[in-house]
Amino acid sequence: MTSYALRIAGLSWQVRLRGLAVTFGGLVLLVLLMALNMRIGDLPMTVGEVFTDTFDASSPAHFVIMELRLPRALTGALVGAALALSGAIIQSIARNPLASPEILGVTTGASVTVVAGVVVSGGVHGGVSGLLSSVGMPALALLGGLLGAVIVYGLAWRRGLDGYRLVLVGIGVAAVFTNVKYWLMTVGDVNDTAQAMVWISGSLHGRGWEHVIPVALALAVLIPLTLLGTRSLNALRFSDDTVTALGVRMNLSRALMILAAVLLAAVATASAGPVAFVALASPQIALRLIRSAQPPLLSSAIVGAVLTAGADLLARTAFSPIELPVGVVTAVLGAPYLIYLLTRIRKGRT
Amino acid sequence: MVATTAVKLPQLRHRRLTWLIGLTGVLVLAIVLSITIGAKAVPLTDAWHALTSPTGTESDIIIRSLRLPRTALGILAGIALGVAGALMQGHTRNPLADPGLLGVTQGAAFAMVASIIFLGTTSLLGFIWFGLAGALVASVGVFALGMVGGRGGPTPVTLALAGTAVSAFLYALTSAMVLLDEQAMDVFRFWQSGSIAARGTEVIWQVLPFIAAGLLLALLNASGLNALSLGEDVARNLGQNIALTRAVGVASVTLLTGAAVAACGSLSFIGLIVPHLARRVSGTDHRWLLPYSGLIGAALLLLGDVIGRVVAPPGELEVGVVLALLGAPFFVALVRRRKPVRL
Repeated sequence: MTSYALRIAGLSWQVRLRGLAVTFGGLVLLVLLMALNMRIGDLPMTVGEVFTDTFDASSPAHFVIMELRLPRALTGALVGAALALSGAIIQSIARNPLASPEILGVTTGASVTVVAGVVVSGGVHGGVSGLLSSVGMPALALLGGLLGAVIVYGLAWRRGLDGYRLVLVGIGVAAVFTNVKYWLMTVGDVNDTAQAMVWISGSLHGRGWEHVIPVALALAVLIPLTLLGTRSLNALRFSDDTVTALGVRMNLSRALMILAAVLLAAVATASAGPVAFVALASPQIALRLIRSAQPPLLSSAIVGAVLTAGADLLARTAFSPIELPVGVVTAVLGAPYLIYLLTRIRKGRT
Repeated sequence: MVATTAVKLPQLRHRRLTWLIGLTGVLVLAIVLSITIGAKAVPLTDAWHALTSPTGTESDIIIRSLRLPRTALGILAGIALGVAGALMQGHTRNPLADPGLLGVTQGAAFAMVASIIFLGTTSLLGFIWFGLAGALVASVGVFALGMVGGRGGPTPVTLALAGTAVSAFLYALTSAMVLLDEQAMDVFRFWQSGSIAARGTEVIWQVLPFIAAGLLLALLNASGLNALSLGEDVARNLGQNIALTRAVGVASVTLLTGAAVAACGSLSFIGLIVPHLARRVSGTDHRWLLPYSGLIGAALLLLGDVIGRVVAPPGELEVGVVLALLGAPFFVALVRRRKPVRL
């Protein structure tokens, strides 16, 4: 395996050619998928027109692109990247390919608080709009995501953390959250409930810049921070004693990385709803593409973005003109993948 | 369970009979509560009047047309799901087995929605048949997945995860179909939260034969299941036809779950909790465990329904939601208490 060292002011990373190739290939594919996505709509365009109209402010379609189609495509890509990064961190820390923010209660927790927000505020303000939707929803989702993670983590903690106990407790807590969500939806006004329903299936429909910006900010801040943490993340792969011997402050770095993962997943969920299985599958796909020992962070994010953009394209074209929520497509594709992982683990070849 | 084995046999029999009487008392209490409590509370004397000599007063109509069918359906579904849970846990030797957790419920939902969209099914009887078919395919599928590559069957964790994956897959397919078809959406909505309210008397008569057949198979299965719990090799040496015992078990679980969920919608966790409660008093002998599970299941479902009626006035909380809110903490406690071992 060819690899080089990248050194910036005393910090160094190992850069692998294979990783670089996957990253750049993924970016090209992502741009292509986004362009294909942006063709679709009341005003059909060719891929060429999409590119020219994006950069030509005088073109009549420029407004459509900038205000409607680009935000949607960007939301999809960024949400996918954030979820995948979150999944890669959690899988590295849990040392378990089955772990993901969904199972840790982050996405389900965020779903509950957002639906609660929609139902409660709907009665007062007549719908979610303005400041509440751009600031309130991400904040609510963060709160719910953190709460969910704390509950699952706390309940699973019993003289240490067992990977499987964590997963099973997560399944139980997710059931409580899901049913609270059903209950909230029966309590609320019908129109608010319909709005919440679209959101909880994981949809990119009608996403604007207010959905892009929180995820973009979160990624801009957290990607560099998590890359700085790569070294301790690599060390966390070993047993707790080895990690301590390697000089990594284990509990601190583990807590910080988990916090970053929860923030990423919660912000992504606030923007697009719970898009299922992206966080689970992307790190594993990236790991196999790059053939590294554990989920590579950057490549996972790229794979996540490509997967979500591809799933959205499928969701919009498979039953056109009817459009499915992207979360439905990722679940249909992702669940068999989880099953495949399970059978691999049973055979002892993780 | 350790305590149970230490008890001497005559004592055990005495204890089992005492508990049987006690639980029957609890079920009767649950029935009385279910008939009298609701949006309009009906005094006991009026309820008795409605049951014995109805004259068409307001409370007579409420009780005979709403509360009575609701209670009867609750009893039926509770017995069915409790027994199905006990059978599933016995056959998989897995303390976390539950028709809802293992994807059987979602299988029934998927088949029912598909039948509405592609075949235009509208009658309840049609739903039941498709629900049964879906439940069968999903339960066989989950078992097969859990078995892959393992010696002696799936571990509790693999099975629970396989169930979650199958559920997620079927749920996604179902919601895709539902989003494409409004009529199916309407059926699915009622289905998702799980309720025994306003189902009407004819529903009860239609699911009754399926549940009765399922219960009969379950009772026939009890002694074979006892032998199987000693391990397949021992059971074979004892002269058990293992394939037949398994097939009868799967058929029974399918009939019970399929009929219950076709009539009431998705009711998860009741099949998980009930056998654990029943095992506390009955021990591991399935000839006792199955009837106990039925009794406790019926009482629990009715009590859950009554709680749902009073907890969120002026509306009601669906019994499926109540059961999940009660059952999931139980599940978490079960997972926390010890490493999930095979039964």
